[in-house]
Amino acid sequence: MTETMKNGGVLSRRGLLKGATALGAAGLILPASMRKAMAEPKKGGTLRIAITGGSTTDSLDPATWSELFVQVFAACRVNYLTEIAADGSLVGELAESWEASADAATWRFKIRSGVTFHSGKSLTPDDVVASINHHRGEDSKSAAKPIVEQIKDIAIDGDTVVFTLVAGNADFPFIMSDYHLAILPSADGKIDPATEDGTGGYIVDSWEAGVNAKVKRNPNYWKADRAHFDAVELYSILDSTARQNALLTGQVDVIDKVDINTVGLLSQAPGIKILATTGTQHFVFPMDYRAAPFSDNNVRLALKYAIDREEMVQKILGGYGAVGNDHPIGPGDQFFAADLEQHAYDADKAKFYLKEAGMDSLNIQLSAADAAFAGAVDAAVLYSEKAAAAGINIEVVREPNDAYWDNVWMKKPFCASYWGGRPTPDWMFTTAYAAGAPWNESYWDNPRFNELLLAARSELDFAKRKDMYHEMQMICQKEGSTVTPMFASYVMAHTDKVATPDQVATNWGLDGFRCVERWWFA
Amino acid sequence: MTAIWTMIAKRIGLGLLTLFVISIIIFGATELLPGDLAKSILGQSATPETVAAFRRELGLDLPAHIRYFNWLAGAVQGDFGTSLANKRAISDLIATRLSNTLFLALYAAAIAIPLSLTLGILAALYRNSVFDRAANALALTSISFPEFFVAYILIFFLARTGLFPSMAQVDAQTAFGDMLYKTFLPALTLTLVVTAHMMRMTRAAIINLLASPYIEMARLKGMSPGRVILKHALPNALAPIITVVALNLAYLITGVVVVEVVFVYPGLGQLMVDSVSKRDFPVVQAVALIFAAAYVLLNLTADVLSTLSNPRLVHRK
Repeated sequence: MTETMKNGGVLSRRGLLKGATALGAAGLILPASMRKAMAEPKKGGTLRIAITGGSTTDSLDPATWSELFVQVFAACRVNYLTEIAADGSLVGELAESWEASADAATWRFKIRSGVTFHSGKSLTPDDVVASINHHRGEDSKSAAKPIVEQIKDIAIDGDTVVFTLVAGNADFPFIMSDYHLAILPSADGKIDPATEDGTGGYIVDSWEAGVNAKVKRNPNYWKADRAHFDAVELYSILDSTARQNALLTGQVDVIDKVDINTVGLLSQAPGIKILATTGTQHFVFPMDYRAAPFSDNNVRLALKYAIDREEMVQKILGGYGAVGNDHPIGPGDQFFAADLEQHAYDADKAKFYLKEAGMDSLNIQLSAADAAFAGAVDAAVLYSEKAAAAGINIEVVREPNDAYWDNVWMKKPFCASYWGGRPTPDWMFTTAYAAGAPWNESYWDNPRFNELLLAARSELDFAKRKDMYHEMQMICQKEGSTVTPMFASYVMAHTDKVATPDQVATNWGLDGFRCVERWWFA
Repeated sequence: MTAIWTMIAKRIGLGLLTLFVISIIIFGATELLPGDLAKSILGQSATPETVAAFRRELGLDLPAHIRYFNWLAGAVQGDFGTSLANKRAISDLIATRLSNTLFLALYAAAIAIPLSLTLGILAALYRNSVFDRAANALALTSISFPEFFVAYILIFFLARTGLFPSMAQVDAQTAFGDMLYKTFLPALTLTLVVTAHMMRMTRAAIINLLASPYIEMARLKGMSPGRVILKHALPNALAPIITVVALNLAYLITGVVVVEVVFVYPGLGQLMVDSVSKRDFPVVQAVALIFAAAYVLLNLTADVLSTLSNPRLVHRK
């Protein structure tokens, strides 16, 4: 049995932040750790991956992508302006370099020359503009609309695309790595959302939604040191036992989302390696800040002390994860506040805060379904058991998985939820913690926090920014309206024929969707 | 014979009416489900504006009855429309899935029907013998387990040892022989699930007849037990056997989603489940109508065959 735990890469952004008009981390200058690993890859072979989350209703339109199958399929055939490297730093992909104005409100991306689509068409700045515009505007039905709404205007200046933002955002190049913002070929200022074309390392051979996708290597791929396989086959396998069987019987080489309950057995099988990465994915219990009892910070603190995080990581995640500290920044992030006191289970403290709130006991309902995250109902029951000792009676309400995000999430005052995580604190805070954000699931509104969020966004000085994010994590932890008990690892498995780089990306599963580009056959 | 043609015509007419009623029920049921396609596709990332844009584009903002009649107007002209989720023509989407489902159903039936008829006849012939009891016990055991359990047992013994693949991945390019090999485990699972029903029915129908006076007569004339059963009892037992075979065939077409999931087989069941969970109602309608039509047609076939097998019904006065 071999097991590798790879912990969160550090999000390095120095290249970006050194000066007000810093020239961005140029080209594909890879970090030292990766260069070493990338020296040995061998070419050839057909990689077969069993992936969850595929559905017959999947579409090629980037606006609708949300599950792992289409995300990995996208990584095969398209590129983005920027890419998050395995160590968490940002590198250019179709953007060769970028620079910001002093207020970080205007960003100039120099588009790489000599890149061609599979169809033979050359990449032009027009394609970039059309691809991003696909997610903007009144008629946009894109899941990425909220993150591109900050763009006021896009213009072309020679081989450069100029983004003018509504307000300064030092993290803007990170936004451009979002998996929705694929660069597709355009005609007359519009992309065809149903195209299979792209600039990626593999060309589509066949695709059957919800069944499989087969791609073969793009002989003209502009990255010389990537996409090592001759062909890649992606299989949509929804059932976790079926995925394991496929791996054990040698029908696939890699599987994602290994069932935590049987990971021990799987790791004992000969020739199988378990790969776990802990990054930004975390599970939460948001409380509705607007109404009693959660409007009282003492009640919120009591609930934060009434949860046994260590036990949850052991029992719900099978040890594949890390404890959370009631804010959404992962321990691998360069802005992580390591010196904050770790919240831990303490029934006495919980009782104390309950008393501060003027209560002897508290009766609340917690809504959960496994749609929120695998094991959410069990986690809620565990929470309820432990909280009882502090006089907090949590009644677990098991909700249907179907339409959970529609009927329960942000509707019930206390429920289970998850975040795949975002590569930067600003992105994460803006998405789920800023006052008035559409996905501010706890309806939290903290004036100081909101003020810091705005200030930090356009602050290009690293040290100042770090201080601000530190304070924001503290506010979140002490006054926030979300219980964040754990960061969950992505747990995958592969045969020992598959070789992975020393450092595997932690931002998403399957090496940040990029296993098709970064892995090879030993 | 005209009686039979009249019956067929009547039944097809009624069948079409049934399909119409079913389409209304299915549409109503999809409407009752919480959420709609826009919200299901966007999931946690849905915002009011994007959901509204999605609905505008797909016409989901129209009232329910207008959407239904739009669909119906297309459907009666043979145009089932396109999937709301990925804009693919539904006929395209369903064609391969349907042929996969039919292939697996016929494969399983081709094993299960001869097997269960033979076992049933033998069990009747040697009733209460060790063979009869063993065949019954085995058949009942395999039908009592849930399908996925039978499937995992087969995977454990037949796939882990490398004899057969656990993943039945087939596509248009797969050769026929290869398809038989790759889909052997799902077909075997389905065989184990449906055999008991057909076998027990065959056995019971024949045993029931063995008590009749005309069988007694045949025996007294000195016929061998085999000849008594095959020549004299079986023709009269055909009607109930045909009915139960038809029911099981319908099940093989419509009810195998669990087996499809375990063996990763791209059939209609998974398409239906995906479409329901995403509220892609034109696809749900089309698949539901196929399932309903399978039931209607198979029952009709069973009735026609049962009638033909019974001279008293064919030559009715």
